[in-house]
Amino acid sequence: MVAVSVNNLHKQFGRTQVLKGVDLHVPDGAFAVLVGPSGCGKSTLLRLLSGLETATSGEIRFGDRPVTSLAPRDRDIAMVFQSYALYPHLTVYENLAFGLRLRKEPRSIIDQRVCEVAEMLGLTPLLKRRPKALSGGQRQRVAMGRAIVRRPQVFLFDEPLSNLDAALRAQVRVEIRRRHEAMRTTSVYVTHDQVEAMTLADVMFVLNAGCVEQSGTPAEVYRHPATRFVAGFLGSPSMNFLAAHLEKRSNDTWEVVVDTQNSPPIRIVLEDYPTANLRDGLAIELGVRPHDMTLAPDPEIADLRLTAGLCELLGPEIQVHTQVAEQPFTLCLEAELNTRRGELLAVDIDHLHLFDAATGASLR
Amino acid sequence: MTESNARSSSALESILAHAVILLAVGFALYPILWVVSLALSGTSDPSPQVLPLPQEPTLSNLREVAWTSQTVDGAEVWLFGHQLLNSVVVSLATAMVGIAIATPAAYALARFEFVGKSAGLRTLLATQMFPAVASAIPLYILLDALGLLNSRTGLILCYATTTVPFCIFQLRGAFETIPVDLEEAAMVDGATRFGAFVRVVLPAARPAIAVTGLFAFMHAYNEFILAATLLSREDMFTLPVVLQRFIGEYNAQWELFAAGSLIVSIPVMALFYVVQRHLVAGLTAGGVKG
Ligand SMILES: Nc1ncnc2c1ncn2[C@@H]1O[C@H](COP(=O)(O)OP(=O)(O)OP(=O)(O)O)[C@@H](O)[C@H]1O
Ligand SMILES: [Mg+2]
Repeated sequence: MVAVSVNNLHKQFGRTQVLKGVDLHVPDGAFAVLVGPSGCGKSTLLRLLSGLETATSGEIRFGDRPVTSLAPRDRDIAMVFQSYALYPHLTVYENLAFGLRLRKEPRSIIDQRVCEVAEMLGLTPLLKRRPKALSGGQRQRVAMGRAIVRRPQVFLFDEPLSNLDAALRAQVRVEIRRRHEAMRTTSVYVTHDQVEAMTLADVMFVLNAGCVEQSGTPAEVYRHPATRFVAGFLGSPSMNFLAAHLEKRSNDTWEVVVDTQNSPPIRIVLEDYPTANLRDGLAIELGVRPHDMTLAPDPEIADLRLTAGLCELLGPEIQVHTQVAEQPFTLCLEAELNTRRGELLAVDIDHLHLFDAATGASLR
Repeated sequence: MTESNARSSSALESILAHAVILLAVGFALYPILWVVSLALSGTSDPSPQVLPLPQEPTLSNLREVAWTSQTVDGAEVWLFGHQLLNSVVVSLATAMVGIAIATPAAYALARFEFVGKSAGLRTLLATQMFPAVASAIPLYILLDALGLLNSRTGLILCYATTTVPFCIFQLRGAFETIPVDLEEAAMVDGATRFGAFVRVVLPAARPAIAVTGLFAFMHAYNEFILAATLLSREDMFTLPVVLQRFIGEYNAQWELFAAGSLIVSIPVMALFYVVQRHLVAGLTAGGVKG
């Protein structure tokens, strides 16, 4: 097993710049997840790691071995494709054995390893079948098995769960994590599903338009998004943003002022926010996660007063859709509160995020 | 509608459907049955009738067509056997040359971008637009210069000129339907590009290759105009030329022509029988999802 590091990687297709200087480091044995919106270059980055695509410039290393210009078969990797890419003319057994046979492993070893993996994944009764006689979930398992038997240095996954239904996806996700904890093979996993990203990752890389916007553990990235983009991308329902500006009250008191059209501006006093990057009058965006608000004990000094709009009961919580300063605004409250449309709510913001309106960078 | 009503109407539907199918089959088979009956008739001028039943049934027509012989260098040889062999050898070789050249070419055209690709494709397409007759005279002159008139090699070369572009188009379409993911998976699993082609792409394209080969074979097997132009020695004839001999301008021997047609169809039927095992449709279905 090895660490994977990528240095200032660029990739161009003709005139289009897809990757614009990507740096990432995946420690030995870690499970890294690349997330980002569609078209941001996740698959391209993964294909560069696999060698199926060659970099325009930059360097890729597995451990201390530079692999940037090696062919896929010389990199000692295994990849699980979104489409599974099972060989249609081969049985499940032959699909699993394919890579080992190419590497001229002795028959007895192949047989032993294939049977072991088939047993582990519950594929033993299916070994003689062709892929077309398998269900979607079974195909997915064969694809995983084909990667596992190889015992590669690095696993690469490109949205391996996106063709499964929701229940199966959750189940396989847990299995992948459990298996990783047993094997500890360095893995790079591409997804645009943030639940997968949050739950699977040891280290997470958020990509946007060909650049890594932020990396870190899922908890770090979720709690302290470095940019407005990351803040809006992670979390469901996504973060509310309000245009505002900063005002300095006294030496150490700062206020966030949200201007509204027909009523007096909303003023929120900052508490426990580092002041190093704050400037008087700076145009900012105030970010508040729907889950980071609670009903105020004293409505007189509440941060926000609003009228509930559409209320959706989602089991343990109620999603309340409303407006603040003429902007759509969502908050999630406990289901017991039985919030109804038209109800007046006074809420306190427990945790907020501030972003420079011009650059989108966090002010923290 | 009551249940029994529903059942009887579906029975009616089934009867109707079968009737229509039978009609279609009868319509397609009727001329063929006539050929069979004509081939087995003892009279060369059968009286008109609706049902294709042989009159004065006999096998003599078949014998007369197939048991021809010729004296070559003082030895008596089985002429029809020679001609049958010509047809089979020329057609098989044409199909094999076509597939052998077209497979790599079609793969390259399906998978790679290179300078001159679209121009090349258009040129290939252009060669398909001219009927074979158009090139009969130039081909005659060329083969004459090469000393390949009246030879199987010459005929195979001529047939390949039309078969190769045809096969390229067929196979390019087939390769394009095979997901690139399959090859990429093979390369990640440890194959070279060529290895991925041989181990994964070719097997996945097998049905298409079989069908294309069959078409190429049939084209060469049925071709008449070039064969008639380029072959003048009777022992080099292919079967279409032999058959044509029975319906000369003045005395058409229809019963011999029919008997010849029957015999000529036998190798083709055998070939279809062999190839159909490879035509298992949807061999690629299920390998890739999404
Ligand atoms: N072979 C190619 N030629 C030209 N452009 C390409 C090629 N492959 C990818 N691109 C472009 O590169 C960009 C990134 O593509 P990529 O497949 O990496 O996105 P992605 O992040 O995986 O998106 P998704 O979540 O939809 O899979 C896209 O704009 C795409 O159009
Ligand atoms: Mg992708």
